Amino acid sequence: MSNTKPTHHVATSPHLADAKFTTRRMMTDVLIALLPLVIFSIYIYRQYAVQQILTCVSACALTELLFSMARGKAFSLRDGSAVVTGVILALTFPWSTPLHVAIIASAIAVACGKMVFGGVGMNLFNPAMVGRAFVMLAFASALGSVGYIGDDGKTVPNPDVAMPWLVDMGVLPKDVAQKSTEETASVTAVSGATTMSSATPMGANKKRETAARKGETAGFVTKIMPLVIGTHLGSLGEVSAIGCLLGGLFLLIRRTAAWQIPLGMIVGAGLIAAILQAMDPSSPWTIGHELCGGALLFGAFFIATDPVTSPLTSKGRFLFGLGIGLLTMVIRKLSGYPEGVMFAVLLMNAIVPLINRWTIPAPFGAEKKA
Amino acid sequence: MSVSTAPGSGTFPCGVHPPEGKSFAKDCPIEVLPTPKQVRIATQQNVGAPCEGLLKPRQEVTAGEQIGSAEAFISAPLHSPLTGAAAMAQAVTLANGRHMQAMVINASEEPQPLEGQALLDDVYGGDWPLGALEQYAPEQIVDAVKTAGIVGQGGAAFPTYVKLLRNDEKPIDTVVLNGCECEPYLTADYRLMVEFPQPILAGAILAARATGASKIYVGIEDNKPLAIETLQAAAAGTGVEIAVLKTKYPQGSEKQTMYAITGREAGPGKLPSEVGCCVINVATAAAIARAVVRNKPLTHRVVTVTGGGIKEPKNLLVPVGVSCQVLINYCGGLTDDAERVISGGPMMGFTMGNIDSPVTKGTSGLTVLRTSDLAHTTETNCVRCGRCVDVCPMGLVPTRIALASRNQLWDLAKQYHILACVECGCCSYTCPAALPLVQLIRMGKVSMPRD
Ligand code: SF4
Ligand code: SF4
Repeated sequence: MSNTKPTHHVATSPHLADAKFTTRRMMTDVLIALLPLVIFSIYIYRQYAVQQILTCVSACALTELLFSMARGKAFSLRDGSAVVTGVILALTFPWSTPLHVAIIASAIAVACGKMVFGGVGMNLFNPAMVGRAFVMLAFASALGSVGYIGDDGKTVPNPDVAMPWLVDMGVLPKDVAQKSTEETASVTAVSGATTMSSATPMGANKKRETAARKGETAGFVTKIMPLVIGTHLGSLGEVSAIGCLLGGLFLLIRRTAAWQIPLGMIVGAGLIAAILQAMDPSSPWTIGHELCGGALLFGAFFIATDPVTSPLTSKGRFLFGLGIGLLTMVIRKLSGYPEGVMFAVLLMNAIVPLINRWTIPAPFGAEKKA
Repeated sequence: MSVSTAPGSGTFPCGVHPPEGKSFAKDCPIEVLPTPKQVRIATQQNVGAPCEGLLKPRQEVTAGEQIGSAEAFISAPLHSPLTGAAAMAQAVTLANGRHMQAMVINASEEPQPLEGQALLDDVYGGDWPLGALEQYAPEQIVDAVKTAGIVGQGGAAFPTYVKLLRNDEKPIDTVVLNGCECEPYLTADYRLMVEFPQPILAGAILAARATGASKIYVGIEDNKPLAIETLQAAAAGTGVEIAVLKTKYPQGSEKQTMYAITGREAGPGKLPSEVGCCVINVATAAAIARAVVRNKPLTHRVVTVTGGGIKEPKNLLVPVGVSCQVLINYCGGLTDDAERVISGGPMMGFTMGNIDSPVTKGTSGLTVLRTSDLAHTTETNCVRCGRCVDVCPMGLVPTRIALASRNQLWDLAKQYHILACVECGCCSYTCPAALPLVQLIRMGKVSMPRD
């Protein structure tokens, strides 16, 4: 016997449905929106990007398949959510992430992030972020010893050996071997600093800020243009601000993603960044760096907007985004991690049920409570 | 075109745009159904108390004679649409699934006093003294509407006279005529507006006289330009204003129409009268005019028989009590791919288990959908996309209410204002996970403990 649900014998109204809008279409939209980033990451990291994406997607899909089989449920891959999780997860990893780490992250993402809750729609936490958080804690060194994204030359293989084209693209300084502080297309050198050329902008800046507090100089500040375009080191999909905006805009236009979330996030992060800039106007690391750097935009458009793990009402969505934006900045500035989007999303995910309860809208025409 | 001075914005928040489906019957003039052999008049056709049947078997009746009496405040008497003889009362199942007694009347062998064109002329045609309605006193109007057994014809079937009563504490200053017919496929109101604007306007003016209202608006969606033009022309000099509203579902839902035209909001559990409005459907207005001016009860109504599943869609003037089967037969029958017969329109109508159900005063149409018209997605988990929240015209969180109902969490359902739901169906229509949201909410409302 098939294991479909009992059909409703009396079909009740409405007898029509908006056929254009289905769960499947939402997932397809997300995949389309991710395309610019996928293409850009392949353009920069070539086979490494392809390999990373394929690994995560197949690992996610396989995990979902195994779970569905184990539970004797109809295979739910059709809705495409496992593929979406896979691509998003892959794009949050630096190119150098070992494959076994990517596979473990994928398995955890789908298994612990989604399936144990009962499948798509039932999970509390963003699956990709669950997987990412797990491997980040378990395999910290594989993702870079300083935390989120490595800026340690020892653990991240010297990229210009593996990818000589990165130097031509200006992603890496020309003279890596000397580990000089020379000014390159992408880096404004901080005088006297010894820099790891393979550092990400977020990591390098973290290092600079940490050192500055001790009265030392270290790290460097990436120029803003490379951050916007994406010609710098970082996680595959997070590097290009333009790519994020392009895909994000598509999602907003299709109304697959709720605009209140990215808005809230940008407002939240921008607010703190603006205050910081006002406090230290001479700092080379500006509000633009905070917004375009790291995973902020990628998170705003592709991670936080996961409908399942975000609130239902407009007000709730804005508050949710705002919370993520604020928390991200708090983590970036006060913790040892250079980036905080992932933890911020997970933290806010946890209080989504509360946000939903706080933001029960007043029905149409109801007297607004004073 | 004159610009309306209606204070409202011409639309309401949220809502959806389902396929209109009006083209099937939009251009079919109202036709009179040939007198059926039999009618079955259900004893409860309105919101409120049922009627007591007055007929004895074999008793002779004449068209228009009262055959059911209403004692309760919220109730409406019944009248025979035919001249003929009563038969044994029968149990019938209405399209909405309710079982009840019905009085059965077999048409006499001789021709009816009014048939065909003569009947249509008597119900809606001829001249209506738009300029001479002052002769009717408010009490007289209310009385005529009450004895004529008029109930709302837009579907809710609320006894109309109750809406016309004056209330000195909350005086009514505006009469809103609802000509939106936002329900897809249905065109009965549209045809009435295009063909017979006069009785509609007369009814509006009478309603204003009864309630003491000084402003009268007719709200029509902008996808019905011909109806707008016709009514505008007919209304010249009467003081009735046509308000052109945006085409959006459920524009014709009472509270939404009122808001779009007057900007006034009636919250959950509140009636339009509490904010000074009297909202009446256009067909109901025509029935008011007929009751007051011609002294005739509500025995006939226009029913749209439409959809891709019916061979010849039509708008028919039919006697209350005629079997839906007769209507379908008269329209050439069902097509081979007809899948579902709905009483009403596709957004709020009921699937008819038995197409032999009799037409009631609230039957606005029969919509026959084909397999290809129906929603075919399979239900998945709620992905919490919030689309249902975005479209709910009542500003609710449908997913929460529906899931609370499913799990019988009545406190939660109430917290999320389950009773404010008007069952418009926008949420289910739009849900990507194909959840039967309205069905769950409706079930919840019924099985929830009362307090
Ligand atoms: S529209 Fe459907 S899937 Fe989306 S939140 Fe509402 S119930 Fe859930
Ligand atoms: S919850 Fe009720 S009022 Fe809101 S969209 Fe659904 S059916 Fe309509």
